[in-house]
Amino acid sequence: MDARIVILGGGVGGTLAANILVGRLGHAATVTVVDPTGMHAYQPGFLYVALGQANGRWLGRDERTLLDKKVDLVIEIAERIDPVARTVRFASGGSIAYDYLILATGSRTVPEQVPGFIGAGQEFYSLTGALRLREELRRFKGGRILIGVTGIPYKCPPAPVEFTLMLEDQLRRRGLRDRSEVTLLSPLNRAFTVEAASKLVQPIMEKRGIKLSTFFNVDAVDPTRGIVSSIEGEEAAYDLLVLVPPHRGQTVIDASGLGDAGGWVPTDRNTLQHKQYERIYTIGDATDLPISKSGSTAHFQASIVASRIASLVKGQAPSATYEGRVMCFLETGDRRATTLRFDYAHPPVPPRPAVIWHAAKWMFNRMYWHTIPQGRVP
Amino acid sequence: MTLTETQITKTIDARGMACPGPLMTLIGAIRAGAVGDTFAVLSSDAGSKTDIPAWTTKAKHELIEVRSGDGYSTFIVRKAH
Repeated sequence: MDARIVILGGGVGGTLAANILVGRLGHAATVTVVDPTGMHAYQPGFLYVALGQANGRWLGRDERTLLDKKVDLVIEIAERIDPVARTVRFASGGSIAYDYLILATGSRTVPEQVPGFIGAGQEFYSLTGALRLREELRRFKGGRILIGVTGIPYKCPPAPVEFTLMLEDQLRRRGLRDRSEVTLLSPLNRAFTVEAASKLVQPIMEKRGIKLSTFFNVDAVDPTRGIVSSIEGEEAAYDLLVLVPPHRGQTVIDASGLGDAGGWVPTDRNTLQHKQYERIYTIGDATDLPISKSGSTAHFQASIVASRIASLVKGQAPSATYEGRVMCFLETGDRRATTLRFDYAHPPVPPRPAVIWHAAKWMFNRMYWHTIPQGRVP
Repeated sequence: MTLTETQITKTIDARGMACPGPLMTLIGAIRAGAVGDTFAVLSSDAGSKTDIPAWTTKAKHELIEVRSGDGYSTFIVRKAH
């Protein structure tokens, strides 16, 4: 009987893993992607939508158009995984059996967990949130803007810094900078977690008059007073509040007892196997690894997991291991960016922000639909 | 209390993980945890030796122990409130 490989989630990781697997295994396996919507979102684009630099229309595609025709696509909500019987039950009542399961379920945002967030705070971690923020910024005529983080981990660690720098750029171009105060509330004692990147970014912030408030992890919002408070016991006042919402793993992980308290899946940092169930692999945001939750992480992990499973199906010992590879851009405004490339053994050494990296990011944004899901970029 | 006597709620192996990094991950664990939970953070980042104690003090949690060796440090932190 053909090996049955089931992939939960049709984002960048799940789609790429499926396409690689059918390419390697042909008719030796059936590869099925289960996705709740059948639509694929290019999430890095939300930042640009919020800042009025991108049209929301180009951020979504029909998942079928990104999958090899040999991949079976099932549009269902996965409700519960039974790792012993090796089945996935759907909310509709049906189920699917697997020999190997890839959890590419991503993460979800839970702004309701922060008192006062909904209604008072803006966000750009969903298309709706980004569109709403874009319109809020169009109406903005000056005042105090705070950008903060309400939970860790969250997707795309550079995003709050990027948004801050790009927003300041926008306010200058609109002639609103003199009437505005921009403050980044950083969870850490510097602007960004990677010290080398902070050393590039902080002088830019200083030069542009962007304020930095350190060790400020947003805990709650008081809309009546226009105040945010931190878990460190401090407060800050706002007129416009932009927050990174808290993230959690998906409900199917919780419901199946496969995750930790945050719904993240306990994952081996090299093999990407579940720590208890060897036929379950996890990629991208869904893992509990303390590594960037980003599309590039999912991309690099997808090829490792696909290679390992393909070897096992062929009766060979799997040799591919994930060594912590991540690559991302960090926009610094004024049409410049830097890049962060690193793995477990090599910390990032970001180059000085330059126009070429911004152009590279734009090129990537444009080329994504034709390259990444299909595995045309290694 | 020493490392061997402390009941660890969760170990975070952040060695070699530059982003989001050991401190950011610790803050996340403390936010999600219950009062009294104790976390062990393994970090190969030299900056953690100043960053983790600085945040723990500022946020009024308890740094129980720091142990160094084999190219990384282990920080034991208890959620105090």
